[in-house]
Amino acid sequence: MRQYEVTFVVDPRLSGDEVKTAVDTYVDLLKKEGSNIVHIDEMGLKELAYSINRRDSGYYFSVEFQNETGAFMEKVELSFRRDERILRFLTVKLDKYGVKYNEDKRNGLIGKRKEEEAGDEAKAETPAEKTKDKAGA
Amino acid sequence: MASRDDIKFLSNPNIGQNKHKFCRFKKYGIKYIDYKDPEFLKQFLNEQGKILPRRITGNSLKYQRRVSTAIKRARHLGLLPYVTDLLK
Repeated sequence: MRQYEVTFVVDPRLSGDEVKTAVDTYVDLLKKEGSNIVHIDEMGLKELAYSINRRDSGYYFSVEFQNETGAFMEKVELSFRRDERILRFLTVKLDKYGVKYNEDKRNGLIGKRKEEEAGDEAKAETPAEKTKDKAGA
Repeated sequence: MASRDDIKFLSNPNIGQNKHKFCRFKKYGIKYIDYKDPEFLKQFLNEQGKILPRRITGNSLKYQRRVSTAIKRARHLGLLPYVTDLLK
């Protein structure tokens, strides 16, 4: 089973229900193609860095799923392209580190690590994190 | 005429001081770079939103490639700008 992740941006002018139906359409489409949905991450309304179709913000969603092959994504991407509610989309195949990263993020382990990354100085790592890193290596 | 004080800094005073650079991904064991995290990726951009060279960030080639892919993905999704001024 390969793990994929599709991130897309939904038009902010839609009402809450309409956004939900838009997301459900694609989740159903993925399920219909025999994929196993791992997680749906709702990243919320975010400001866009540049305007897309005269919109300055968008609802970000990230759906993680497993499937044997990514061939059917062509179909899904075609419907993304045809859909005016979708501003942008991106499908990525996750490697084993990506899968682990997303898992850790769901379990709330990443925030701590990010602080460490942000602090540019070589701060002493806590021993617990060190062992975790070793396990990942 | 330029006085002695003016010409003091015509050459970079830090030349010759070898500051130790390192790849933070290797050092801290970060294996995956998330394209959905623009705040983290901004550390590798200059004020115009251009990707900083390895010469400055100190990344290893492997992770510099991954950083640049992640930045390009974030740009496509509208999380980071393609061109801008005063990003930071």
